[in-house]
Amino acid sequence: MNANGEAAVRPLTTSLRAAIEAEFEQVAKEQDKTLPALSSDLILADCDLDSLCFAIIVARLEDRLGFDPFSIAEDVAFPVTFGDFVDFYEACPAAGANASG
Amino acid sequence: MRRGNDAPLWAGLSTASSPAALLRNATASVAPGALTRFSSLGGRLEALRQRSVLIRTQDQLVSGLALIELDGIARRLVLCPPGLPAIHLPAIMAAAEIEAIVSDRPDDDVEATGGATIIPGSTSLVPLAAERCGERETEWILLTSGTTGRPKLVVHTLASLTGAISRGSAPATGSVWSTFYDIRRYGGLQIFLRAVLGGTSLILSSPAETVGEFLARAAGSSVTHISGTPSHWRRALMSPSAHRIAPRYVRLSGEIADQGILDGLRAAYPGAGVAHAFASTEAGVAFEVGDGLAGFPADFIGRNGAAVEMKIEQGSLRIRSDRTAVGYLGGPPLRDKDGFVDTGDLVERRGERYYFVGRTDGVVNVGGLKVHPEEVEAVINRHPCVRMSRVKARKNPITGAVLVADIVVRAAEETDAAVSADAIKSEILEACSRQLPPFKVPTSLRLVTSLDVSDAGKLVRRDA
Repeated sequence: MNANGEAAVRPLTTSLRAAIEAEFEQVAKEQDKTLPALSSDLILADCDLDSLCFAIIVARLEDRLGFDPFSIAEDVAFPVTFGDFVDFYEACPAAGANASG
Repeated sequence: MRRGNDAPLWAGLSTASSPAALLRNATASVAPGALTRFSSLGGRLEALRQRSVLIRTQDQLVSGLALIELDGIARRLVLCPPGLPAIHLPAIMAAAEIEAIVSDRPDDDVEATGGATIIPGSTSLVPLAAERCGERETEWILLTSGTTGRPKLVVHTLASLTGAISRGSAPATGSVWSTFYDIRRYGGLQIFLRAVLGGTSLILSSPAETVGEFLARAAGSSVTHISGTPSHWRRALMSPSAHRIAPRYVRLSGEIADQGILDGLRAAYPGAGVAHAFASTEAGVAFEVGDGLAGFPADFIGRNGAAVEMKIEQGSLRIRSDRTAVGYLGGPPLRDKDGFVDTGDLVERRGERYYFVGRTDGVVNVGGLKVHPEEVEAVINRHPCVRMSRVKARKNPITGAVLVADIVVRAAEETDAAVSADAIKSEILEACSRQLPPFKVPTSLRLVTSLDVSDAGKLVRRDA
């Protein structure tokens, strides 16, 4: 609830990034994984997160944001860094449409 | 001459039935013993002798009476389940070479029924002109919904259908049976045959009734033995009327009985024996487990020469007994070369017990790892606040699929403490994480007010 409330007053980029960070942290906690600081240049493959963790993150973000850029994009190159991951969500055409709702 | 388990159904009435035994629905009751001298089919038995007869009625009681009258007389009986789409009728009638139709539908006309003779069935009896006779073995055909939705015709005999029922034993004093099932489905038919051959009364459900109304009526008839699927029971336990019945025996079949529903029934009916039976239309009644625990003892498997022999091949339970169906009419072979029927139910051994984990055709693939929704539901259903749940696949770009769960929680007044929805969700997730490998834990839980249960009393697993 807090995240949604903040999202209404924050700029789009910050709100998306915050939402993604929150899901990474939540899933890492649930799956008992150690997560380094989520800097933009963090290499995702070097994280302790496995494919199931990413599957969960994507599913939960779809619940929260209303879209899943992996399923929408026709040619998906899986993001390499955490920054790529955030960019991928921000670049999704659905992001603008859903950010206010 | 057919004797013992081969005698026609009506021949057992005079010896088994106590005069007080009744078949009863919401609006009518009939003493089956009366069918030795009366008829529910207007006495038109000669018109049906050696015929292939479709029984298609709105009222399940009318179907039940026709079964009693026509076993031993008709060559073949095809029993239509309630709600059978009319679109399937021409194929069924052609495959079964139907010559006559027992119907209580005033709108059935010859045009719609391919020229077959319509025999009106009713709960109003008329006297029989001649003494009932008929000894020929009748083929009983039950319909099951195939994966494509097109019904399969499963061939049984009275002997295969009653293999698990001891005939001629004295009825337990004061026993009154009931079932949530419709008696035109295998699980309900078992209870119908049990009541008719055992000479006990049977309380039937009516489609116009709510679960609560049915339970109230069952209570009014002092029901002692009652059966249904786990989904029937979960729904029943959601009703404030659940406590009105006080059965001595509660039976579950047709779906996996998980520990949650077994514990729920034990708590709701402390005076009852709770048994879960394994049975299917094709494989017949295989066994009953009465120790209150999910699954079944490992030593059930591999008993050669037993009345029901079971083995496991490629994880699925296979059964050989004289209770299995003879085969499919106009379909693929049902039995393997050794006479075993593959149930399609997957089992897994843990210690000295086997547990049902799902269906061969219901597996969800999460990143290459197979999950049976039922095993996850079994964990969720053990949470004290959960009434029932459905786990299903959700498409996922990373792993192909992830699991999501829809959960019905008990009303707050039923549980001891008022627990918030968020707290329930996190407790369930915690239980799943503790008891299941990570890929079997649902990624999201949704609390819903109800889940669809099919006409057959089973959880609907596919979305419309």
